[in-house]
Amino acid sequence: MLAKIHVTLKKGVLDPQGKAVHHALNDLGYPEVEGVQIGKYMEIRLAGVTSDEAEKRVQEMCEKLLANTVIESYRYTLESTE
Amino acid sequence: MKCGVVVFPGSNCDHDSYHVLKHLYGQETHWIWHKDQVLEPFDLIVLPGGFSYGDYLRPGAIARFSPIMKSIIKYANAGGRVLGICNGFQILVESGLLPGALRRNASQKFICKYVHLRVESNQTPYTSRCEKNAVLKIPVAHAEGGYFVEPETLKALEDQDRIILRYSDAAGRSDATTNPNGSVGQIAGVANAEKNVLGMMPHPERCADPLWPDRDGRYIFDSLIHSS
Repeated sequence: MLAKIHVTLKKGVLDPQGKAVHHALNDLGYPEVEGVQIGKYMEIRLAGVTSDEAEKRVQEMCEKLLANTVIESYRYTLESTE
Repeated sequence: MKCGVVVFPGSNCDHDSYHVLKHLYGQETHWIWHKDQVLEPFDLIVLPGGFSYGDYLRPGAIARFSPIMKSIIKYANAGGRVLGICNGFQILVESGLLPGALRRNASQKFICKYVHLRVESNQTPYTSRCEKNAVLKIPVAHAEGGYFVEPETLKALEDQDRIILRYSDAAGRSDATTNPNGSVGQIAGVANAEKNVLGMMPHPERCADPLWPDRDGRYIFDSLIHSS
């Protein structure tokens, strides 16, 4: 199974990287860009767990280590790799 | 006073801290290896600056799960003194011993320079030898030093006198113009409710030796030795 995890800064937490890229895109002639958020993308391969277990355990991993929930939010999807 | 300096892979201010405590202040000082499980009794533990585990994932995120940290969290919760400097501060917030988080600097740049700090409280073992509102000149060196807490937590920190240091100018004025990294409330150092744990981004160990022209870092160590 493959967990695809995105971690980004929470709404309301200043994302200076996103802001800089946002301005750069506007300057490059993309005035339609309204907002940019920069985050992290992780892929985690899992073996020997059911998809229910994986769901629970990936959420635990995000809470414990992969995201700092004081400033970051996370979302993930699980894909079968068979 | 029996002091311990924790060494993580990637710590690089551990020797400075060790030097100050052992050679300048003559305290019994030991290295503590991050893989140790058992912590012998200490009067002070320093989590030094550096790039533990290469700052992978987030600064302090992996170090916080080092084997020794379990014992250090227990020791801190029992009232033991822990001083986290720079990366040590990042480890303290990741471990939950201090509230909040440290974000990338608002400028996106690594900042390495002297800053001024206003001592907001001297009711801690780390600042007892400072006057309230005294201004210290101590260097910072970090890329992720923007302190963040939710407004409710910020209010609680203020009410409980737990904001210990704020970035200021030489005259002690602290506002957005004296903020090097985008920290909320210009916060440079914060303590737990019992005041036995202090996290600070500036490096007092880099300016305590009399061989160095600036020595304001010594006030932190004078306070610690004096209140032991």
